Amino acid sequence: MKRFKALALAAVLALSLVLTACGKTGGGSNGPIKVGVINNPPSESGYREANVKDMEAVFSAANGYELKTFYSIKNDEQLQAAQGFITEGVDYLLISAAETTGWDEVLTKAKEAGVKVYLFDRMIDVDESLYEAAVVSDMAAEGDTAVKWLLDQNLSEYNVIHIQGAMGSDAQIGRTGALQAQFDNGTMNCVVQQTATWDEAEAKNIVESVINSGESFNVIYAENDGMAKGAVAALDEHGITHGVNGDVIVMGFDCNKWALRELKDGAWNYDGQCSPFQAQIISDLIKGVKTSSDKVIINEEKGFDAKTITDSDIDTYGLGE
Amino acid sequence: MKTNSKKLFAGGLGQLTIPLIAIALLVIFNLIRDPSFFSINLSQNNDGNIVLAGNLISIINGASELAILAMGMTLVTAACGGQDISVGAAAAIAGDVFIKVIKAGSVINAGIVILAFLSACLVAMIFGAFNGILVAVFRIQPMIATLILYTCGRSIAYWINGGATPNVKSSILSGIGSFIPGIPIPTPVLIVALMAIIFKLLFRFTSLELLTQSVGINESAAKLNGINTTFIKILSFVILGVCVCVAGIIGTSRLGLINHETLLLDVEMDAILAVAIGGNSLGGGKFKISGSIIGAYVIQMLTTTLYAMKVSSTDVKAYKAIVIILLVVIGSPVVKKKFDKLVRQRISLKKNDSKGAAQA
Repeated sequence: MKRFKALALAAVLALSLVLTACGKTGGGSNGPIKVGVINNPPSESGYREANVKDMEAVFSAANGYELKTFYSIKNDEQLQAAQGFITEGVDYLLISAAETTGWDEVLTKAKEAGVKVYLFDRMIDVDESLYEAAVVSDMAAEGDTAVKWLLDQNLSEYNVIHIQGAMGSDAQIGRTGALQAQFDNGTMNCVVQQTATWDEAEAKNIVESVINSGESFNVIYAENDGMAKGAVAALDEHGITHGVNGDVIVMGFDCNKWALRELKDGAWNYDGQCSPFQAQIISDLIKGVKTSSDKVIINEEKGFDAKTITDSDIDTYGLGE
Repeated sequence: MKTNSKKLFAGGLGQLTIPLIAIALLVIFNLIRDPSFFSINLSQNNDGNIVLAGNLISIINGASELAILAMGMTLVTAACGGQDISVGAAAAIAGDVFIKVIKAGSVINAGIVILAFLSACLVAMIFGAFNGILVAVFRIQPMIATLILYTCGRSIAYWINGGATPNVKSSILSGIGSFIPGIPIPTPVLIVALMAIIFKLLFRFTSLELLTQSVGINESAAKLNGINTTFIKILSFVILGVCVCVAGIIGTSRLGLINHETLLLDVEMDAILAVAIGGNSLGGGKFKISGSIIGAYVIQMLTTTLYAMKVSSTDVKAYKAIVIILLVVIGSPVVKKKFDKLVRQRISLKKNDSKGAAQA
C-alpha cells in the first residue's frame, strides 16, 4: 500500500514537472524570466539597502526579468512567501534567509515544482542538492585581507584596540578570526578587545576608557565603519592624530561612501569591503553566461588603502550616499 | 557632625541618601583601585582647542543624554505613575529629523541648525503628545501605550532618511556634540546644566511641580480640586518630548552621524533606572529631579568603572544588574524602615546611656 502511494506520488510529481515544463515552452522563449526574491528588509542596514537596490536593478524588465520581491526579517514569514512564490509559478527563487534552519521542506517543494533556487548573501543549512548555487561573502576572508594589509604596514610594534560587532554575528566571527590569530601567536598585542555591538557611541566609550587609562596603542581595528567613526571621535577629542601620517592606524569595514571619503581625506587608513552585489553573478548563472563548478561561489571583495583609493572606487564600491 | 550624621540617617537628605551613598561608594572603590582614576588634565584636541580630559570628564560627558532623559522621565513618572519606554526610539526619530532638515539646506549655518532643532523638537513633542493622549485620555497603562512607539519608532526613523547612516560634517554640530572653541568643558555637560536650570525655573515660577505631584498622589482628589489632570499628564509627556529631542540631538551631534538602529539603544531602561536610583517612587507622586540626575551619573560611573577594569562589554550588563539589585533593595521601603528603626534604637540607647552617666 505504502509502495503504491509512493509510486502514485512520484507519478503525479513527474506529471506536474512535465506540465510545468510544457507551460514554460508554451509561454514562448521570449517571455520574461520570473524571479522571486526573498530578502531581509532594506531598513536592516546600509548593506541590505544596497543589496535590495542591486537586485532590483539587475532583475529588471529591461534585462528580461519579471521580479517579485518579499522582505522580512522573520523566518516564518519568509518561508510562507517562498511557498507563495512556488505556487505562483516563478522560474527562479533567490533567497537570503533570516535564519539558517527550517528551509528543507520549502526547498524540497521548490525542487519538486521545478523551481531553481539560488542562495545569496547567507547560507542555509540544507542539502547541497536543494539549490543551484550560493553566492556569499566570506567574512573570514575579509578579516584575512585586512590583517594581511596591517602586517604589510611593517610597524615596529602592533598595539591594537579591537572593537567587535554584535557577538556571534557572521561578520563579527569572520572579522575577529584573523586578528585573534595574530593576538594568539604574539605578533600583535591586544590592548583591549571589546564588543560595541555595532554601536558608534559605545565604540567611542571603549576608546575613551583606553585613552584615560594612559595605555599606548597604535592601531584601531573596528569591525564596521560606524564604530570606526566613534573611535576616531574619541581620538579627535583627546588630540591623538590618526590616519595617513598620523600616530594611530584606523581600520573599518563595509565601505560606506562616507567612510571611503574619510579614507580619501587620509583620516582613516583602511576599509574592507563586504560586497552586497550578488545579483549580476546570479543573473549570469541563470542566463548561462557563466557557469560554476562549485556550488558555493565566494563574492570577490576588496580592501581599500587610503594611499591608493580613487574617486571612481568610491563611486563604484561605496554604499549609501 | 553628630547632628549631621543623625540627619542623614533620619532621612534629612531624604530620597537623595541612596544615590549619594552609591556615588560615594563608587568613588571610594575607584580611588582604592587606581588613585589616579579621577585625575583631570588639560589637553589639546585635534581641532586645536584646549580641553579637559580624564575619566571624570568622560563620565559627566557620557551621562548627558541619560541625565536629560531622566529629568523628563521623572516628570512623567510622577504624574502618570508609569514610565515611557519609547524614549530611545523617539530620540532616533528626532535625530533623523534633525539631520534631514540640516541636509536639506545647501550650506550648514546657525540658522538652519536652529530650524532643524525646532523641527525635531516639534516632532518629538507631537510623539510625546501622542503617548500622553493614549495614557491620559484613553487611560492605557503608560508602559503599554509607549510600547507602540517603542516597537515602531526606529522604523519611522528609518523612513525619514531612507535607511543608511547619513553623515554630516560641520563645525556647528561638533560644537554641540563635543566642544565649542575656547570652552574647555564638553558642550553636552553645559546643555545638561542648562536643562536643569530650566526645570528649576519652571518649578519656581509655575505651579507645575505641585500640580504634577497632586495628580500623581491622588488623581481624583486633584480633579475634585479643579486640576485638569488630563492636561497635566499630557503636558508631562510633551515636556519629556523636548528632553528626548535634546538628547537625540546631542547623540547625533557627537559623531555627526545618525544610525537609527543604534542611537541611544536601550537607553529607556537606564532612564527608568536613573529615576528609581534617584529615590523617586515609580508609582508616581512626590519626586526630585536632582535625584534622577544623580542616578544617571551613578549609572554612567558604573559603566565607565567596569570599562576601566577591562570587564568585557558583554558582561558589563550583568555586573550592572548586580549593583542595581543592591541599590534597589537598599532603597526599598522595607529595608529603609528596618534601618530607621535600628538607628532610632541606637539613638535612644545613647540617650539613656548619657542619662545614666549624668545620674551617676
